[in-house]
Amino acid sequence: MKRKYIALTLLITLLVAVSGFSAGTKEEAVKEVYFLNFKPEIASVYETKVAPAFEAETGIKLKVVTAASGTYAATLKSELAKSSPPTIFQTNGPVGLAGSLNYVSDLKNTQFYKILSDKSMALTSGDQVLAIPYAVEGYGLIYNDAIMRAYFALPNKKVSIKSAEEITSFALLKAVVEDMTRNKDRLGIKGVFASTSMAPGNDWRWQTHLVNVPLAYEFRDKGIPTGTKTDNFEFKYANEMKQLWDLYLDNSTTARGLLGSKSVDDAMAEFALGQAAIVQNGNWGAAQILGVQGNKVADKDIKFMPIYIGVKGEEHDGLNVGTENYLCINSQVSAEKQALADQFLTWLFSSDTGKAIVKNDLMFITPFNTFKDHELPTDPLAKEVIRWMNKDGVSSMPWAFSVIPSGQWKTDFGADLGQYINGKMSWSDVAKRAVASWKTEYDLTK
Amino acid sequence: MDKTLRRWAPLFVLPALISFIIAFLVPMIMGLVLSFFKFSTVTDGVFVGWSNYKRIFTDMDFVTSLWMNVRFTVVTVISINILAFFLALLLTQGVKGTNVYRTIFFMPNLIGGIVLGWIWLLIINGILLPRNATIITDAKYGFWGLVALANWQNIGYMMVIYIAGIQTINRDLIEAAQIDGANSWIRLKSVILPSVMPAITICTFLTLTSGFKIFDQNLALTAGNPARQTEMLALNIYNTFYTRTNFEGVGQAKAVLFTILVAIIALTQLAATRQKEVEA
Repeated sequence: MKRKYIALTLLITLLVAVSGFSAGTKEEAVKEVYFLNFKPEIASVYETKVAPAFEAETGIKLKVVTAASGTYAATLKSELAKSSPPTIFQTNGPVGLAGSLNYVSDLKNTQFYKILSDKSMALTSGDQVLAIPYAVEGYGLIYNDAIMRAYFALPNKKVSIKSAEEITSFALLKAVVEDMTRNKDRLGIKGVFASTSMAPGNDWRWQTHLVNVPLAYEFRDKGIPTGTKTDNFEFKYANEMKQLWDLYLDNSTTARGLLGSKSVDDAMAEFALGQAAIVQNGNWGAAQILGVQGNKVADKDIKFMPIYIGVKGEEHDGLNVGTENYLCINSQVSAEKQALADQFLTWLFSSDTGKAIVKNDLMFITPFNTFKDHELPTDPLAKEVIRWMNKDGVSSMPWAFSVIPSGQWKTDFGADLGQYINGKMSWSDVAKRAVASWKTEYDLTK
Repeated sequence: MDKTLRRWAPLFVLPALISFIIAFLVPMIMGLVLSFFKFSTVTDGVFVGWSNYKRIFTDMDFVTSLWMNVRFTVVTVISINILAFFLALLLTQGVKGTNVYRTIFFMPNLIGGIVLGWIWLLIINGILLPRNATIITDAKYGFWGLVALANWQNIGYMMVIYIAGIQTINRDLIEAAQIDGANSWIRLKSVILPSVMPAITICTFLTLTSGFKIFDQNLALTAGNPARQTEMLALNIYNTFYTRTNFEGVGQAKAVLFTILVAIIALTQLAATRQKEVEA
């Protein structure tokens, strides 16, 4: 009998304790927007600039949580399951969106959607608007024009062109790069290309960004519009990709076998320190170049050229411009909180204070009609992206990789590229496996 | 006294019980239940029956990592226990500075797995540098790297358990054997080994289960590279759950299978080595 009492007391204490916890969280009446930030490199801007300014102007608190690099999906998953989940979170495109379909609200009637200049850029489902991009980014081959000028001034150079600006095809690129490698001691570089980083978690420049070029050409040939999921992939331009991949590997600062220990940071540092002349990356890497201690590259010498792989007519193609940065508003939080989220995003991208922070500190090239020309970011790479986007006779390459069927495909493709580097897999197997895996993953995630 | 103790016991048990329920029992039951659901966050799912379990075997990666894991565990259980046992023998001979050595050998155990992984990544990549290779150039580098790491981390800990075991052996017993003319090999085989059998049981249990549960070292050292060839079970489950869209339930089902598997192996081992324990 006594034991039963004890058990009962125990159970009641437990229940009281548990209900106590949950009651505690419900009583918060402070107006607050919870933003789960994706970009660790600019987390401090949100915390020290955006949040205080927003609170000062509107009285609404902004809670910013940032996931550690490479753990956004995991963090998002656990944060969404909590009793006070994030109101605003990021998704990387149609594939990421598929994983959080139960948590995205329709943004059609928000102010935030109204300021988006090109409505077709938003991710939609039927007539619902589910995610809105907030930053346009561009990538290609970043080169150090000082080293290029030094090369073109060499008396024994073997090419007829006179500046890096004139490189408009793979053939020209190859001729220049190989001749530069022959003269690398005179140019004072360790290799033409910065390390092809293959350390775990650092192969996204290849398995996502580089493969985008053959993907975009193939989809263009087949008339498949950007952003449309498809199982129609045969890796038509595999050999073209191989040409450039080999060029990267053979003219690198680092021997093939050692690439497995190189990170993106290493590659960017090599470029910043003037050890390499070219690195494939995007305008988000500006901070990584400018912020390296002992940086030897002058702002005016940081230039972009498109990624050429040897496809006919490629001189008319520009940088790879697109976005992987979309914001969603959580449908599972109260309508009031959703409205606050809309208010915050609209404030950030249309108020004068907000826009100043976006331009100077977040350094986004935004797709919103609230930004005038003089309000665009001024770091050298962003300026280059904007220059290429507006260049006559050149059109930007879309980000076709957003329809890669799953993260698994990228992981496997990256692993196979690594196997190719180490001589454990032939290129034709890499290509064959990429095609087969595309079909499998497409079916699995349909 | 006894009565007071009994009356107040629940109060003292309560904090531990609450933490046990929150941190262990609830997640475990949720995990089991979730393995039958299709879900993206753990609080929201649709019941799908056994389909997650069937989908485990749509590709072979679970089986591959199981095989990798078995090989790894076999090698580490043997190497850790043998090395730890001989270190313990050496350090119970009354060598000068015994305590200093014991402390030094035990220290790697105090460092977390991720940090250990990074340290060994530097060491191994440094060793492979002249060969123009890194730990992820070839799966065999990764395998032996993981074995070296596991040994370095666990030998000290197992050594302490073996030392305790050896110290409990009655000196008279060894002396008696010596007088009977047993040489050092026979003393080891017929007196010391049977007497430390309880320590062997616990050490094999610990190394066996930690071999299967290895995660952070695996993540930090190779992250499964090259081409997932050094990906062991825990990492495979983690990758399934977190990096594959719509595979959360499958990851959960793998975790349940994993738990059952490790429990079966560990219990079998316990039963088998217990039988060999002797009363001295």
